[in-house]
Amino acid sequence: MVFGNDWMDAAHSTGTTIMAVEFDGGVVIGADSRTSTGVYVANRVTDKLTRITDKIYCCRSGSAADTQAIADIVAYSLNYHENQTGEEPLVAEAASEFRNYCYNYRDSLVAGIIVAGWDKKKGGQVYSIPLGGMLKREACTIGGSGSSYIYGFVREFFKPNMKKDDCVEFVKKAVRHAMYHDGSSGGVVRIGIITEDGIERKLFFNTESGEAVVAGQ
Amino acid sequence: MSSIGTGYDLSASQFSPDGRVFQIDYASKAVEKSGTVIGLRGKDSVVLAVEKIVTSPLYEEDAGARIFTIDKNIGLAIAGLLADGRYIVDIARQEAANYRQQFERTIPLRHLTERVAAYVHAYTLYSAVRPFGVSVILSAWDEDQGPQLYKIEPSGSSFGYFACASGKAKQQAKTEMEKFNYTEMSTTDLVQNSGRIIYQVHDELKDKDFRYEMSLVGKETNGVHRLNPAPWHAMAIEAGEAFKNEDDSDNEI
Amino acid sequence: MYAGHQVIPQQFWSNGPAPGQFYNFTGGYNGLATGSANQCKEYTTPGLFGTQHSSSPITTGTSVVGIKFDGGVMIAADNLVSYGSLARYQDVQRVFKVNNKTIMGAGGDFADFQSLKRSIDQKIVEDLCHGDDLEMKPKSLYNWLTRVFYNRRSRFNPLWLEMVVGGLDNGEPFLGHVDLRGRAYEDDVVATGFGKHLALPLVREQLVEGKKLTQEQASDVLRKCMEVLYYRDCRSMPKYSVVVCTKDGSVVQGPFNVNENWQLATMVKGY
Repeated sequence: MVFGNDWMDAAHSTGTTIMAVEFDGGVVIGADSRTSTGVYVANRVTDKLTRITDKIYCCRSGSAADTQAIADIVAYSLNYHENQTGEEPLVAEAASEFRNYCYNYRDSLVAGIIVAGWDKKKGGQVYSIPLGGMLKREACTIGGSGSSYIYGFVREFFKPNMKKDDCVEFVKKAVRHAMYHDGSSGGVVRIGIITEDGIERKLFFNTESGEAVVAGQ
Repeated sequence: MSSIGTGYDLSASQFSPDGRVFQIDYASKAVEKSGTVIGLRGKDSVVLAVEKIVTSPLYEEDAGARIFTIDKNIGLAIAGLLADGRYIVDIARQEAANYRQQFERTIPLRHLTERVAAYVHAYTLYSAVRPFGVSVILSAWDEDQGPQLYKIEPSGSSFGYFACASGKAKQQAKTEMEKFNYTEMSTTDLVQNSGRIIYQVHDELKDKDFRYEMSLVGKETNGVHRLNPAPWHAMAIEAGEAFKNEDDSDNEI
Repeated sequence: MYAGHQVIPQQFWSNGPAPGQFYNFTGGYNGLATGSANQCKEYTTPGLFGTQHSSSPITTGTSVVGIKFDGGVMIAADNLVSYGSLARYQDVQRVFKVNNKTIMGAGGDFADFQSLKRSIDQKIVEDLCHGDDLEMKPKSLYNWLTRVFYNRRSRFNPLWLEMVVGGLDNGEPFLGHVDLRGRAYEDDVVATGFGKHLALPLVREQLVEGKKLTQEQASDVLRKCMEVLYYRDCRSMPKYSVVVCTKDGSVVQGPFNVNENWQLATMVKGY
């Protein structure tokens, strides 16, 4: 398989590392940027942090096509819901809607999704929706193929109620570890900080210097 | 109603030249014949109360109830045609169930009211149907929003209220309600008030017998909408009876 | 190219808002059916050779153990939901109070259970709407579950679950077991999965013919069961919860930690 041209007909999948952590007043979400087709890197600068509403984002893992389709549908639906009710959707509502698709179509979809965001009612929240379509709120969650390599790291260094900047540092480090060990994760680290004021995006290059451009030696 | 008929009252899909849809006016007439229904929104609870007119002694005591539970914490009272009302109750329950299915939480009352009002309104637009001959009052309480009270008219218009009334003695009930500021009122006072109003507006001469029925949703019921709940129902009737007796003795002199 | 083949799954937009649908009253109300009717809706469109359904669970919970005692019933399960062999979610409730006379516990595919739980919650709301103060009794839930499970297995799309239902039915302790094929039985002590092999013998050891366990004895024997299950079941964890139903109502207790004893290890050398 490794030496075959499996990538010519394999599906695009975000063999991925994704992550989300709650803090007081918001959430930090993070992801690598590799989309692969078998062993071929189809996109090295993917954005897996996908907007649902201004204050609710999802991290996508699994089939790129499936997760993009679901994210589009949920984003459309929640926008409609927001227009009808005149209120911003709750993170739990977004998560529930994601779960409905993931569960009802579990036999035809490959989608592992993290829904994270901020709302007036419960502040920063993170919800994990793994393959079968179950739904669980967690203070810190990881997902994607790369996540298996960092369960130890996360268990050791995650502490509830960390400060925002510590969460960013923690997510960055964890995703870097996963990218290092997982062949299906790589590229850059994308991070989003979602608070009452919306999202603040950060981009970290996975180079020694931290610069985007490195001269060979 | 100044000009009854003149050919413009046969269909809900046509205006009359002076800008009315007579079918809606007629639906409102059906509501005005109904026993009085009121809703009171207090500090941490909402009371719905009805003057259930008993037209025959042959009915069972609980027959023809006018207050229903829509969801765990949502109540609905109807004034007007009972059969129309029960259909609206079914629509409201479906809306609540659908919302629960999609978002895994209870539907906010404002949203439910808007959905049901839109449904009621749809029946004022077409020639093949008649508007609903009901006015519905919705109540709810939850930890985030506190007490909530809305009313939908046969026209499909809806508003939020501190206190509202429909049916026969709507005007009289409203006059009574305007004497109080309910927003800070305790549940006990609220319940007793509802009893007094219903007993007061009941017209003994025109209508034979009536039964006071009520529902309560609020902190005291742990956010559950309850029909004729144990201590409160009796409390309201007691307050109502006391008021009536007092009133009667005044007249005797 | 695809003529004659149904390759595009339909209904994918079914939950999406359809403007106009709401006003299409002459065609009746098109909203989703409520409660149990929706339970069996199939979403995946059949392909050329029929529909393939999930042939194995994904996120799973392990054993559940239930015991009758003098005046009540209790059900225990650990707080783990596994993802394959990965101990993924370690803080999950798998035992529940349905109401003051009905309790339940679930093992198997947890996504399926969550879906089932939503249906049960909707049933509770429907009961509430009747306004007659009648609550679902354990036997009602038990029988309803057998129908749902059997119905789904007959569509070759089983709910991958093994459930324990308990409570007080007209004051009498009730305890039953239902599974993915719709198999069902009642007993004084029931268990699911590994618990059937490990916990049942342990509990039966404590039972004396014609004598009921006290609540305390039942609680102790459950603790012992959870300990042994922790030792011998690869998909278990030491943290567990118990739901108890007596005439005073139902209550979820815990989480507790099992007793552990590894003293034995000191005596083992070589293989």
